[in-house]
Amino acid sequence: MSLAVKIKNVSKSYPNAEALKSITLDIGPNELFGFIGPDGAGKTTLFRILTSLILPDKGTGSIGNFDIVKDYRKIRKEVGYMPGRFSLYGDLTVEENLQFYARLFNTSIKENYDLIEDVYKQIEPFKKRRAADLSGGMKQKLALSCALIHKPQLIILDEPTTGVDAISRKEFWALLKSMQQKGITILVSTPYMDEAALCDRVALMQEGNILTIDRPGQIVQDFSGKILGIKTNQMHALLNDLLQMEQPERVYRFGAFVHLVTHDNPDACAKKVRSHLEAKGHQNIMIQEQPASIEDCFLALMHKPETP
Amino acid sequence: MWTFIKKEFFHIFRDYRSMVVLFGIPLIQVLLFGFAITNDVNNAKIALLDHSKDPVTREITHKLLSSHYFLLSRYLNSEDEIKPAFKKGEIKEVVVFEPHFAQKLETEGKARIQLIIDATNPNTASILNGYTTGIINSYTLDKMKKEHRLPAEVNVQTAMMYNPELKSAFMFVPGIMTVILMLVSAMMTSISITKEKELGTMEALLVSPVKPSVIILGKVTPYVVLSSIIFAIIVLLSRFVFGMPIEGSIGLLVAESLLFLVMALSLGILISTVSKSQQQAMLLSMFVLMMPTILLSGFIFPIENMPLVLQYLSDIMPGKWFIIIIKNIMLKGNGFLYIWKETLIIFSMTLFFLMVSIKKFNVRLE
Repeated sequence: MSLAVKIKNVSKSYPNAEALKSITLDIGPNELFGFIGPDGAGKTTLFRILTSLILPDKGTGSIGNFDIVKDYRKIRKEVGYMPGRFSLYGDLTVEENLQFYARLFNTSIKENYDLIEDVYKQIEPFKKRRAADLSGGMKQKLALSCALIHKPQLIILDEPTTGVDAISRKEFWALLKSMQQKGITILVSTPYMDEAALCDRVALMQEGNILTIDRPGQIVQDFSGKILGIKTNQMHALLNDLLQMEQPERVYRFGAFVHLVTHDNPDACAKKVRSHLEAKGHQNIMIQEQPASIEDCFLALMHKPETP
Repeated sequence: MWTFIKKEFFHIFRDYRSMVVLFGIPLIQVLLFGFAITNDVNNAKIALLDHSKDPVTREITHKLLSSHYFLLSRYLNSEDEIKPAFKKGEIKEVVVFEPHFAQKLETEGKARIQLIIDATNPNTASILNGYTTGIINSYTLDKMKKEHRLPAEVNVQTAMMYNPELKSAFMFVPGIMTVILMLVSAMMTSISITKEKELGTMEALLVSPVKPSVIILGKVTPYVVLSSIIFAIIVLLSRFVFGMPIEGSIGLLVAESLLFLVMALSLGILISTVSKSQQQAMLLSMFVLMMPTILLSGFIFPIENMPLVLQYLSDIMPGKWFIIIIKNIMLKGNGFLYIWKETLIIFSMTLFFLMVSIKKFNVRLE
């Protein structure tokens, strides 16, 4: 039985910042739900409220049939939480850490081995090593094992792939997928836009607001306008020169390219840009239309003027 | 619960540096206080200005020097040399015999000796004074007895109870015991709890269904064991290195110390609930616990000599009461009947700290 998560009008302020501004969310059972957003978007605060670590100022929420404020003891039994910071004991070995967390939840490694097997067998060769000596990716796998050891119905992972190399990130997401197939609801946050595509649905968050909630494919489809990827031999000057153009819609660096968003005919726009850049002395100009990515959508949503 | 304790022991034993500190500090402190930082005066250098140089002054001089308290630095020839000698700092005391000392003693029945003592350290000065007058008095008494004369003056005889040799170890050991138990128990627990906060592991502990009381007990138990071992080390050291007696019952001593331990541990928990980082916890325990315990508990400075305000302040120092208890048991051999009041005070302090800290220990992060 996997759990659904409901949140209604939840707000939370800290003395010098408003972390969450009236968030409403509905996450279905067995969903792999992603929270995407830069640091300070309120992801961690939201997770801490869901895991009953902090209390919301306003609003209500439930996990399954449990209220997030009143039934915190029951929630703590059913939910697995992997905090953003590495929160295992560096001076204990891999095995000792796992054993300790198993005992915390009154279970044992053996009892739930089938659930964590996929994760744990990747780090098992190092089980006598101290957790502090593990690589970043392995630490996260160990943390995931620890969060899973008590057979939770819902796991909440706070930026599990931050600071982890690309291959380990891939492996980690594959593990999450396999956990989902075992019937667990998964809430995961990440600052990496490319990981959004791997979720069933994502919420784009910024400064305590949810900008949009949808399937990643739908978000990309809903992108209005066309994107031109531009590359020249003078990448430094490029951004400034493009900004000087008449009626530039939006221009920003994107990987090896500079992206320019337009609502006009892309071919006509490309021509205009090319002549403008040639006049500025750019050479090897390359302009191509590119499909919108989640990041483009996110940036577009971020800059959308507030609708009154 | 056992899991917690086991885990905590892993932490302690794998961090060998803190292990060294944990067991090294008590050893070093006890030895330091016992040997080096002592109020006992041995081999104090003195100078003599003998205007008389007769058999009696020679005899007194001999008596003074044959005790191990004094060492003759040199003879002076005139009053003018006294000041420069002190200024050089080579001597602590000058003994001046007046001219015709023996003769006056014979004819007038009294003669005068002047003691000039360096009082930059008042403690030492009064001790030196005591030793010198004691030796001279006993000499004159002996002499009169030999000559079958009645003593001209009434002599006050002082008997030092419980510590006849006035060994300062007797005074320091209870104090050291108090300070170290306080240090290890309160500081170590508060640090180990705040460490979990700092590492973020507290977050992981809190989201588990484990009750706060289990978390706390699991944290504290290993330190009870450690502190008990340290306590045993101090008692053994004081017994066999400094010859400190244990007049009273050992069982009572152990029981009282355990009570004090629990008190210190609950204080440690309290500190950890109000501090956010290890550093804060450490500073708090240093300044809120250590310093007052050392200064106000009667460990170094007698409470009776303090201004009234500080005397009241010392009443809320748990250390003060524990020192009284230990002295009662170890030196006076008193039973529980004599210390029930102090025990009760520590007991109620323990209850108070425990209650406040359990109340303050949050099941959430805020």
